[in-house]
Amino acid sequence: MNKKTHFSFLILGIISLKLGLLFGLLAGAQYMVPEFLKEIIPFSQMRELHVTMVISWIILTATGCIYYFISIDNKLAFPKLEKAHIIIFGLTGILILISILTNNMGGREYMTYNPLLFFPIIIGWLLFAINYYQTIIKKIVFGPVYLWMWMTGILFMIITYSEAHLWIFSFFKGDVIKDITVQWKSYGGIVGSWNMLIYGTAIYVMSKIKGDDRIAKGKIAFFFYFLGLTNLMFGWAHHTYIIPHKPWIRILAYGISMTEWIILGSMILNWRKSLNQKQKINSPAYKWLLSTDVWIFLNLVLALLISIPTINLFTHGTHITVAHSMGTTIGINSTILIAAIFYIVSKENKFSLNKYKKRLNIAFWLFHISLLVFWGSLLYSGYLKGIWDQMDMPKTSFSEFITDLKPVIHVLVSGGLFLFISIEFITNPLIKALINKSKK
Amino acid sequence: MNEQKQNLSVFIILILLFTVHTYTVYTSGTENINSTRMNTSAIKGKALWQKNNCTSCHQIYGLGGYLGPDLTNVYSRYGDGVKSFLNAGIESMPVYSFSDQEQQDLLEFFKSLNESGFYPNKDVEKTWYGNIKIRDKTR
Repeated sequence: MNKKTHFSFLILGIISLKLGLLFGLLAGAQYMVPEFLKEIIPFSQMRELHVTMVISWIILTATGCIYYFISIDNKLAFPKLEKAHIIIFGLTGILILISILTNNMGGREYMTYNPLLFFPIIIGWLLFAINYYQTIIKKIVFGPVYLWMWMTGILFMIITYSEAHLWIFSFFKGDVIKDITVQWKSYGGIVGSWNMLIYGTAIYVMSKIKGDDRIAKGKIAFFFYFLGLTNLMFGWAHHTYIIPHKPWIRILAYGISMTEWIILGSMILNWRKSLNQKQKINSPAYKWLLSTDVWIFLNLVLALLISIPTINLFTHGTHITVAHSMGTTIGINSTILIAAIFYIVSKENKFSLNKYKKRLNIAFWLFHISLLVFWGSLLYSGYLKGIWDQMDMPKTSFSEFITDLKPVIHVLVSGGLFLFISIEFITNPLIKALINKSKK
Repeated sequence: MNEQKQNLSVFIILILLFTVHTYTVYTSGTENINSTRMNTSAIKGKALWQKNNCTSCHQIYGLGGYLGPDLTNVYSRYGDGVKSFLNAGIESMPVYSFSDQEQQDLLEFFKSLNESGFYPNKDVEKTWYGNIKIRDKTR
């Protein structure tokens, strides 16, 4: 099995993460000092560079992991298509950066690059789909849940990413409410799709570390898979409760979102059970996956609360929403992906990370403490913004409110800085190990 | 075998429901009694909004970035005076040089947004089970 291309996805993913955090940090500095770099890269471009790089980290790393994992027990159907896939994504990434830096945008929030770049991106996904389905087609129906999750993630990424571009048609772009709805419905689906790719990866790694495939099979595993899929399809409207669309959209999304209490309940039960087990696994991947559990718990509680429309009325349009999205992309998605890379690197060479043990341990704790500070200050900023939003006129001006918020933003950016440092400590040994492996 | 058949059936049923749901959302689900379709000038204004990535700082219905204020109802607050902010370049806002026509297009876009509804809308009824009912108002 030639693993070079799988590793290239992972290396590109890690580079994207590093750049994403750097741009995020610079954007944070612009929050504190509005004139900072304004003439070179204004906030409107900096934020997009940050978002694009972080999304690239998630997509490229999840893709690399899936190619790697399915190639262990199967012969990849079309290795050349995998190469074409990474070349297309790599080149498109460069074009996206050029599009943002030259202010040749025209897309939508989070996908603000020139909309023509939709075509190479969708071609990349189609190549991935062909390769994946052809490689494991005979195994899917009888296979473990992660094969279903990856299949669903790829399929729905193609559907929802295409749906996100319906705004190009006048039926949507000429109507304010349809235009907003198409954006948030499809974005909910896109996030749900990459969650399928990542959670499938988490279940795969967990089952391999434990040497027990039972957690990926059986009725309970598939129940949670279908629950996730239902939320992906119908739960999106908790982003748009306040939009004047038909009330049934809001009620349906509210009901669907509340099914996540089942996940929360199941997590608590599983924890109680695990307290009685004295199993101790000494692996960095396992440690990172355990930390994911804590972030899932915190973010699930937050997600459930802000999905209750009466509470959402206060939290919508505030940094509490950002806390939710940052908490999930960093606390959940990134910790799973880091765990998966640790698993792959250790599988390739058990001893390659031994000399970094101490440094990695310190970085692990630095990462989580910084993230907690970062997340907490976002929640507090959101609380203050919620109060400001609810004030009756006449109220303090927006710029006065932003000035009052600055001390909290300082804490937020400090959290971001330490997060950046911890990620440098964690990813440098990983990237070195992957580059060494690619050379062989 | 039965379990696999069941899983496959649930998957297919969900896909069908998703298709029906998507169609209904984009047709009757998003018919808005306040909103008229945007005119050509407003659509051009919206294109400018996207091209300059205004949403990185500003919000519409609370959706977008938080560095600048929400602009859903900026038109009802400032009317034509909105134009005076567009090329001002205050604080973090980039210095734009929108032509008169472009400023008019953006103004038309803000007018359409304003006509579509309110944000933040405090005129809502809260139900005992946590839902909200948005009371509709005509501007």
